[in-house]
Amino acid sequence: MSKEVVIKAEHISKQYRLGQVGTGTLSHDLKRWWALARGKEDPYLKVGVENDRTRKATSEYAWAVRDISFEICQGDTIGIIGKNGAGKSTLLKLLSRVTSPTQGEIKIKGRIASLLEVGTGFHPELTGRENIYMNGAILGMTKKEITRKFDEIVDFAGVAMYIDTPVKRYSSGMYVRLAFGVAAHLEPEILIVDEVLAVGDAEFQKKCLGKMNDVASHGRTIIFVSHNMQAVQGLCKSAMYLKSGKVVDIGPTDKVINNYLSREVKNCLERKWNLDDDAPGNDKIKLLSAEIILDSTEDGAVIDVNTAFDIRFGFHNNVENQMVNLSFFLYTASGICVFNVGTVAQRLTKGHHSSTLRIPAKLLNDDVYTINLFFVKDTASVLYKTEDLLTFEVVDGQRDVAWYGKWPGAVRPALDFTVS
Amino acid sequence: MTDHATDNDTGKWDITIASARGRLSIDVKELWRYRDLLSMFVKKDIITVYKQTILGPIWFLLQPVFTTFIYVVIFGNVAKISTGSIPPVLFYLGSVTMWNYFSETLNVTSKTFSENASVFGKVYFPRLILPLSKVVSGLVKLMIQFGLFLVFWLYYLLVKHSITPNWYMLSFPLILLVLALLSLSFGIIITSLTTKYRDLTFLIAFGVQLMMYATPVIYPISIASPDKQFWLWLNPLTSLFEAFKFSFLGEGVFSLYWLGYSAAFTMVMLMIGVFIFNKVEKRFIDTV
Repeated sequence: MSKEVVIKAEHISKQYRLGQVGTGTLSHDLKRWWALARGKEDPYLKVGVENDRTRKATSEYAWAVRDISFEICQGDTIGIIGKNGAGKSTLLKLLSRVTSPTQGEIKIKGRIASLLEVGTGFHPELTGRENIYMNGAILGMTKKEITRKFDEIVDFAGVAMYIDTPVKRYSSGMYVRLAFGVAAHLEPEILIVDEVLAVGDAEFQKKCLGKMNDVASHGRTIIFVSHNMQAVQGLCKSAMYLKSGKVVDIGPTDKVINNYLSREVKNCLERKWNLDDDAPGNDKIKLLSAEIILDSTEDGAVIDVNTAFDIRFGFHNNVENQMVNLSFFLYTASGICVFNVGTVAQRLTKGHHSSTLRIPAKLLNDDVYTINLFFVKDTASVLYKTEDLLTFEVVDGQRDVAWYGKWPGAVRPALDFTVS
Repeated sequence: MTDHATDNDTGKWDITIASARGRLSIDVKELWRYRDLLSMFVKKDIITVYKQTILGPIWFLLQPVFTTFIYVVIFGNVAKISTGSIPPVLFYLGSVTMWNYFSETLNVTSKTFSENASVFGKVYFPRLILPLSKVVSGLVKLMIQFGLFLVFWLYYLLVKHSITPNWYMLSFPLILLVLALLSLSFGIIITSLTTKYRDLTFLIAFGVQLMMYATPVIYPISIASPDKQFWLWLNPLTSLFEAFKFSFLGEGVFSLYWLGYSAAFTMVMLMIGVFIFNKVEKRFIDTV
């Protein structure tokens, strides 16, 4: 089956200058201009660092996207995934012609429309009707097309009653629905969508996804960028995984997402120390190991909300008959203490001991968690405490609801909740 | 820069996105495809001005009336600048209407990139549509104000018999076209030059004001001495304002020679403007 290639990107790169524009920029511009005037290469294209936002930059130039090549065929629905700063948004901006690449070129066949934001060009003073025409025209529709779709858009947004009221009087939900309504009724051959699903309520999200599926089933090409693996999985047949401005993987969605999760989730699942060497602790107690043990031994397995697992600690008790108990703290990445649980205090012999905590399935939410561990003596004083002992991410599992937003809460317990 | 223009498949692609290069051409076909957007922008400009007002578009008339009143008092009665045989009210109302169109269009088009960065950063459409829409919405406003001028004009023509217009009035659309293109050219040059380095923006308000005094807006060119007149004629706006006054009010200079100069000057500026606008529009979002 040979499908027609509709987007062909060849070695595209995008360089951004860091810092402020000022007198220093002018001197760079002059040097660049002088080099180009003599027929030499731009001196600043040779420099530049990979886009890693956590490190302090060593160069004044950074490559947001570096040497990316890919082809997208007609009718493909492709999801672009990656961490913040991987170059997703830059790639979208390049594809939607908002800015142009520093090097390389992209060739596109057919009409392209991009939805980097809903409601671009909405004017608060204009009525819903006027804004539909305004927004539609900005997105590249002709007046005739909009008139033809008008009733459908109003119906989709559910704002028929307010259509001749200025949108500044709309509730934020109505505003967003109207804006997405216009966008959803675009009929381009290629549609570029950036996380617009983050807005609106569950019912509306369902509507949007339905509409996008609809668009896709009509043989149109969709490029969808999201942090939300659920939505990507639900909507896209294939996916592209970006990291630091480069393509790491491209292929079927499931494969790429698994690859992404196993690489990007910065888990610290196992730590071991030597008793005589570097073991943390003091002369009374020393920590020897901390690890998370999954039931599945498969390589690259990840913890999702439906996974049960053990957390095991090994330690050395240095005082015979010492009354000890372990106190375990679980924190979310944002620093909320999810719970604190302790072992029963008991007298321990001098030597190695181990302790295991079972985390059941369907308890934790999708989040990054860290562990603090206290050793407590005589149930009263802290013998030794460690912070950020382990870090692990729990990812979202398969949901049986049609809503793909971030599940709220520090935990997501499967409690008995019924309707009779 | 990379250049794959020799690929044998170039014909089948609709859009090629490559690194920024200036072009001395306007993609007229694409602009035409977006004509509905242009009309939407114009409509928005016009109607948002008088939303939630009772008098509506009548407010467009207030500005030239006030300015004319001030000019008649200051320049006519206090400074006693002669307007020849033309009634001062008509003289100033005509000039002010024309000048306001030029200066306002220049002012708003010179902010095309900086004021619309949020829209430009999210969606693509031919960027030239925006300054063009400002030129057109300015024209709509001008037409309303010109209507007011015509009312006064007819009064002085039919009731007072104090002016002698002539058939050169038919050149008015052409004069207006040159005026519009000139303000557009200046505007897009300034907006292109000020996306990265904003220094120039501080000079614009001052420059426009200075330009008004270098143009026969509040005085007829005849009050300048002949050797100074030559320098005034070098200002491409001079011949337009003089021709306008001559044809409608019967006093002024209709110089085909200098009108030709203005038209040629405008074409050159427009070409320069389009060239750098095309170059800047592809990248400005990174530096604005």
